[in-house]
Amino acid sequence: MIDLLRRIGLWGRGMVVAIPYLWLLLFFLVPFLIVFGISLSEAMLAQPPYAPLIDWLVDEDAGTTKLQILLNLSNYLRLGGDDLYILAYLNSVKIALVTTVCCLLLGYPMAYAIARAEPSKRGPLMMLVILPFWTSFLIRIYAWIGILKANGVVDNLLQWTGLTTEPFELLYSDWAVYIGMTYCYLPFMVLPLYATLEKLDPTLLEAAADLGCRPWKAFLTVTLPLSLPGIIAGSLLVFIPSVGEFVTPELLGGPDTLMIGRVLWNEFFANRDWPVASAVAIALLLFLVVPIMVFQHVQGRQTEAGR
Amino acid sequence: MAVQPIRKPTRLEPWQDPGQKPYVRIEKVTKTFGDFVAVDEVSLSIYRGEFFALLGGSGSGKTTLLRMLAGFETPTEGKIFIDGVDMAGIPPYERPVNMMFQSYALFPHMSVEQNVAFGLKQDGVAKAEIKERVGAILDLVQLGQFGKRKPHQLSGGQRQRVALARSLVKRPKLLLLDEPLGALDKRLRERTQFELVNIQEKLGVTFIVVTHDQEEAMTMSSRIAVMNHGVIAQTGTPTEIYEYPQSRFVAEFIGSVNMFEGRVVEDQADHVLIRSEDAGCDLYINHAVAVPAGATVGVAVRPEKIALSKEPPVNAAANAAANADGRNVTSGIVREIAYLGDVSIYLVELKTGKTVRVTAPNVVRRTEMPITWDDEVYLSWRPFAGVVLTQ
Ligand SMILES: Nc1ncnc2c1ncn2[C@@H]1O[C@H](COP(=O)(O)OP(=O)(O)OP(=O)(O)O)[C@@H](O)[C@H]1O
Ligand SMILES: [Mg+2]
Repeated sequence: MIDLLRRIGLWGRGMVVAIPYLWLLLFFLVPFLIVFGISLSEAMLAQPPYAPLIDWLVDEDAGTTKLQILLNLSNYLRLGGDDLYILAYLNSVKIALVTTVCCLLLGYPMAYAIARAEPSKRGPLMMLVILPFWTSFLIRIYAWIGILKANGVVDNLLQWTGLTTEPFELLYSDWAVYIGMTYCYLPFMVLPLYATLEKLDPTLLEAAADLGCRPWKAFLTVTLPLSLPGIIAGSLLVFIPSVGEFVTPELLGGPDTLMIGRVLWNEFFANRDWPVASAVAIALLLFLVVPIMVFQHVQGRQTEAGR
Repeated sequence: MAVQPIRKPTRLEPWQDPGQKPYVRIEKVTKTFGDFVAVDEVSLSIYRGEFFALLGGSGSGKTTLLRMLAGFETPTEGKIFIDGVDMAGIPPYERPVNMMFQSYALFPHMSVEQNVAFGLKQDGVAKAEIKERVGAILDLVQLGQFGKRKPHQLSGGQRQRVALARSLVKRPKLLLLDEPLGALDKRLRERTQFELVNIQEKLGVTFIVVTHDQEEAMTMSSRIAVMNHGVIAQTGTPTEIYEYPQSRFVAEFIGSVNMFEGRVVEDQADHVLIRSEDAGCDLYINHAVAVPAGATVGVAVRPEKIALSKEPPVNAAANAAANADGRNVTSGIVREIAYLGDVSIYLVELKTGKTVRVTAPNVVRRTEMPITWDDEVYLSWRPFAGVVLTQ
């Protein structure tokens, strides 16, 4: 056995390299192909609720057996033809973009402050950023419901200060979704940003100041360009999962908060239309592959350009 | 040490002219990091157009002193004046100072040209002029064809020259250079030394240069301050520092030196006589010292000022007083000879057990040299050779 593996180069170093590929094959490519297959089939009332792609047609009279492959592209055509899906995609992108920008605007100063803190304080501060992960995601979202609902914490505070007189509800709106998602994904922004900012050599800023550069300009000409890899990494880490987000918009969003994750859920569980749901998922995936490729391209260029 | 100053003997020595105002005045500046005193009550006056060298061992506080001048550190105590203006509270970007960092601190995302142009851009210099000045300075440091490269594509010495160019291009009134030539090979270093001195004389810039390299300090600077553990051990011209060190530290830090201990037995206006067990003879020195008779002092004699001979030295008329009664003459056995090409170093073990270092030019070829291992030799030196260390 080992001999055989050796002969095909799958031993020793080959093994080590093969493991991630096996992992990808098993847990990404195979499910992807299954979902892709379902997306090309036809919905029907059965168990499972779709027609098989490949069928053996046995004709006993003629005594022949035929292999039948049915590819149904109508699921994809439906995606393009129905406003609902296009709107859901666009809205998902919008919400993901707003979330990413909010995370960046909040996360950059946080990461900067932590990176500039005394070395002994950096660890504990980063710990605080990651700490929310230790409690269940759902519990944290429910906590936000308590904060944002009518007569919740925010509402009461606003009424108490006299800024508003009537009870008003942030919950079940796009705003609540932005708040909830920014909250959830903030650590994913802070971590890579912190990693790049912490590596930044402070004497570079001293050199800039020495050459007559004011602090804000030094930030724009030195700190910002040098932290670009962190900004890109953090933004993608926030953006990609945000597009397909389901739980937060479901719990905090209003009925008109249309996101692709919710559409997917509805197709799968409410309509039991697996083929369409699969087509939605495949389209979403293709849609995410593009940013990843852009990211890797930029990253590759960055590493090439040195540091 | 066969070192010749690059510059002509300075005609005017501003530090000796009481009417001159120093360009940089450092007044009792102390800097502590926690409990650690990095710079300890340093006072210095540096004049316009000087090439001032800070010399000292690793960790002696040279960089810290420069950083305070540039404005990156605030003195714990004391004041710094540049051109008569108190620098307290003035941020680095408003000081008339440029610094070349020991770590170069080049911007990794900018090309060599952009790095050098950075400072000029901050001043709003016109594009055409920036281009011209950057080109000129890059040619000066011989990096003309590397302008488009990024710092990580350069060698260590090339990076150092970019850092140098970046600090020179703004033509500041005061230039602080932290080990500017450390990474350059000997020939390039010598060339750049000449260039620096040229630039300094042409532009009238005041230079403060940190260096480990005593030879560099000797050749380039108008004055040297020797630092030791945050304290200035001595300030003076290269000649003063070399010929008249005040302390053992300075004497040993610059060049090599033979140290003798002895007791002052005669202290006249024109000479001192010191009885030394170490040397095995009386030491006659033709300058007066301000120490009471009977005090124990150290005497430093440079290796190149000692003459070696196999016969007892004949008293030349000029040395008669000095060498009478065997003053400044002792003898020993050659234990070690190091042939360095132009000079040889002899280690001679005196009868007293002390080993003395002597350097002598190789006038004849090695094979014809009269003195070899285990020869008994006489060592003698002239009355001006010894220096009494007062500290
Ligand atoms: N930020 C700091 N915090 C604590 N100690 C420091 C700091 N900066 C410098 N020191 C200490 O101050 C002392 C002087 O440092 P400095 O960098 O001035 O030395 P230096 O003379 O430039 O040495 P070298 O020739 O090795 O560059 C050193 O012992 C150093 O450890
Ligand atoms: Mg230093």
